[in-house]
Amino acid sequence: MTATAARSHIHRDNLLTRSLSFLSSQEVILFFVLVGLIVLVGTSNPRYVAERNFINILNGNAYIAVAAIGMSMVIISRNIDISVGSLIGVLGTLSGSLAINGYPIWMSWVVPVLAGALVGAVIGFLVAYLRIPSIVVTLGLLSILKGGLITITGGAWITDLPKDYFLAQIKTPPVSLLGLNLPEIPSPIVFMIVLTILAALWMRYSMTGRAIYAVGGNAEAARLSGISEKRIIMTVFIINGLTVGIAAVLWATQLSIIQSTVPAGLELQVITSAVVGGVSILGGIGTTVGAMLAAILLSAINSALVFIDVSPYWFRAVVGVLILFTVLVDLLRRQRSRASARG
Amino acid sequence: MTTTLELTNISKQFPGVKALDDVHFEMNAGEVHALLGENGAGKSTLIKIISGVHKPDRGTIRMSGQPVQFNNPREAQAKGIATIYQELSLYPELTVAENIFMGHAPRRKIGPLSIMDWRTAFERARELLASLNIYDLDVRRKVGSLTVGNRQRVEIAKALSINAQVLIMDEPTAALTEADVLRLFEIVRLLKQRGVGIIYISHRLQEVFELADRATVLRDGQYVGTKLVKDTSEDELISMMVGRTIDNLFPKLDTTIGNPVLEVRNLWNKPLCRDVSFQVRAGEIVGLAGLVGSGRSELAQTIFGFTPAQSGEIILNGKPIRVRTPGDAIRLGIAYVPEDRGTQGLVKQMNIRENASLAVLRSISRASFIKRAEERNLAKRAIEQLSIRAYSTEQVVNKLSGGNQQKVVVSKWLASKPKVLIMDEPTRGVDVGAKAEIHRLISELASQGLAILMISSELPEVLGMSDRILVMREGRVVAEFDRKDANQQNVVSAMIRESSAPNGTTAPEGVLQ
Repeated sequence: MTATAARSHIHRDNLLTRSLSFLSSQEVILFFVLVGLIVLVGTSNPRYVAERNFINILNGNAYIAVAAIGMSMVIISRNIDISVGSLIGVLGTLSGSLAINGYPIWMSWVVPVLAGALVGAVIGFLVAYLRIPSIVVTLGLLSILKGGLITITGGAWITDLPKDYFLAQIKTPPVSLLGLNLPEIPSPIVFMIVLTILAALWMRYSMTGRAIYAVGGNAEAARLSGISEKRIIMTVFIINGLTVGIAAVLWATQLSIIQSTVPAGLELQVITSAVVGGVSILGGIGTTVGAMLAAILLSAINSALVFIDVSPYWFRAVVGVLILFTVLVDLLRRQRSRASARG
Repeated sequence: MTTTLELTNISKQFPGVKALDDVHFEMNAGEVHALLGENGAGKSTLIKIISGVHKPDRGTIRMSGQPVQFNNPREAQAKGIATIYQELSLYPELTVAENIFMGHAPRRKIGPLSIMDWRTAFERARELLASLNIYDLDVRRKVGSLTVGNRQRVEIAKALSINAQVLIMDEPTAALTEADVLRLFEIVRLLKQRGVGIIYISHRLQEVFELADRATVLRDGQYVGTKLVKDTSEDELISMMVGRTIDNLFPKLDTTIGNPVLEVRNLWNKPLCRDVSFQVRAGEIVGLAGLVGSGRSELAQTIFGFTPAQSGEIILNGKPIRVRTPGDAIRLGIAYVPEDRGTQGLVKQMNIRENASLAVLRSISRASFIKRAEERNLAKRAIEQLSIRAYSTEQVVNKLSGGNQQKVVVSKWLASKPKVLIMDEPTRGVDVGAKAEIHRLISELASQGLAILMISSELPEVLGMSDRILVMREGRVVAEFDRKDANQQNVVSAMIRESSAPNGTTAPEGVLQ
């Protein structure tokens, strides 16, 4: 993770400050918190660190990390999308419906992703061109999707899915390296890692990525620098739609039954991953790698509660504390840099 | 006559600037006292001290002979000092009566509760307005639906509701129509008869002569003098306001001036860009002077495509061009260093490298990916060329000083290799050293053949740097001076005098908030 980890905002005049700034980056902190958690819970209950359990933790929540990629970009551009949970529900149902109605399997995987991008384009248009705040647009969309889904499907479950529909259950072929049997990795984890790295590289090295940071950091300065804010907002929401679409397919294809409802509180998990991952809710700062690590951390905490015999109802409280803590740290960092600017 | 308000030896220092230095001011009951001075002379600081927003570092404030101290605006209000700022500070979603009694509404008791007494509030609001001869204003209407003139009347009523002894009016006529101005004058005279002292700030000297009893002039934070209006003249007041010393300026380099690069013909962009025509030639620095709000920045942003023109022609190197967005302007070779580097110039979370390349990302990218090495070199060159004091290209701009931040903004625009460079207040809020360096840079760029349009509110800067000076007022270019003919007197005179206006004295429509 080192290569993509630190989108460092601190000067690198020498090795010491460079290492310090790297070590104090959100991504590295998250990584060590994650390792600490695993060691701590692992010593009290060794089953927690068993290979199978760990892969299950990652696998079951990878789709959240995938959705958090797009969400990170949206928040970095100083917008928000609170409709992702509903959209995942709708696109997942769409995927399953296509599969049981005799469409080719590949279509049930691809069409929801394209539909996600289309919805993203509509949100982007409303936000960029009609200047409706994104929180309002996506709040409206959330209700429409939620209500619409129940009305159309009547809450009926989708069962009897074709056998080769289950994309999320495909695993990498077993590999033996130096006599060691490496674990077979399920496809959601592969998607999560590959997409996160691609997105991180794109955000860091592409013109558009840079423009997204600029628009989120100071929209007026960006516009005066010749960046089209409208185009950037469109782009961000379309990419968000794509990752939501992929997340929806991974979510739908991991179980043998699709419940045709919207997973409760899913949008909050996605937003939480981005925020805890170091994406500033005020825009302009953050990375997709941080968001992925935070998504993993959240699912590791959720599972850990079970293993140390704490009621899983505590999970939400723990998440809440994490959100407040990271936002507080973000604000303190900003204040410190503002204070030193006066000197 | 009794002295209601007296300020002696008032000094106030802000980081890096001495805003007021040993200033005096006094006012009698029933007097209209004009406060005059150029942009940045210290008028705003003085009224903020009187109204309790700032505390003076030194000096005493007396009211009716008694020394007073204001820790906040509320304490000043309690002593009967009310202020009407340029931007009216009303709540648009509340009614006239609610605005008037904001913070001190009449209350009545219902058992243990003390609740707002609406009937009394409406009644007293109506009485207050009637006492100002205002009968056509519904106290139940929302303030947001009122005209600017009516909103100002609400502000005045609000001031009276706290029994103001001293009323400060900051540029009260700046946004008013002719009819509203006349009504305002009536109200001012009415208040005067009632013994209210009025501190009247205006750039329109005609108004001063029509309304005021005395005028106090400030210049560069210093007290210049107080005159009885009937014993003075416009010329005398103007010469008191200017006469600034031209110091710490970089000597302008001699340049050979070439062909016209930028030409603007009959450019309209209402409200603050009205039929503007001028040209800037290669190697020439054209200074654009004018009061705050005269339309200089609006003109610049129209040329730059930030607020595209409604009509008129922009010609670059002899060819008419269409500029619809800043992106168009940048591609065509026009650069704009904006007025406020914090909100318009920099992305503060980004480092020097990322800010310096922001306007030229396209030209340093291949297949839409930024070429890192080229970007780093660009930033390194910027740091060298402008002697930006920073550890490295990776330093976050938020941690730089004002002057160095400004240099980063300038470097961003030089990176775009412009043919025309528009600079809006290029040295605002930078220290003396950085200022001289920026002046040297502007001069050097011009000598390399760049056409430069420089907006500045600092007269010495305009006079010292420009080959030619254009003066704007109310959206029009009202005067033009050659370097050798320009002096403080005639430039300021063009900035503020109504009489030389080509098209009457009405305020531009639509500048109202």
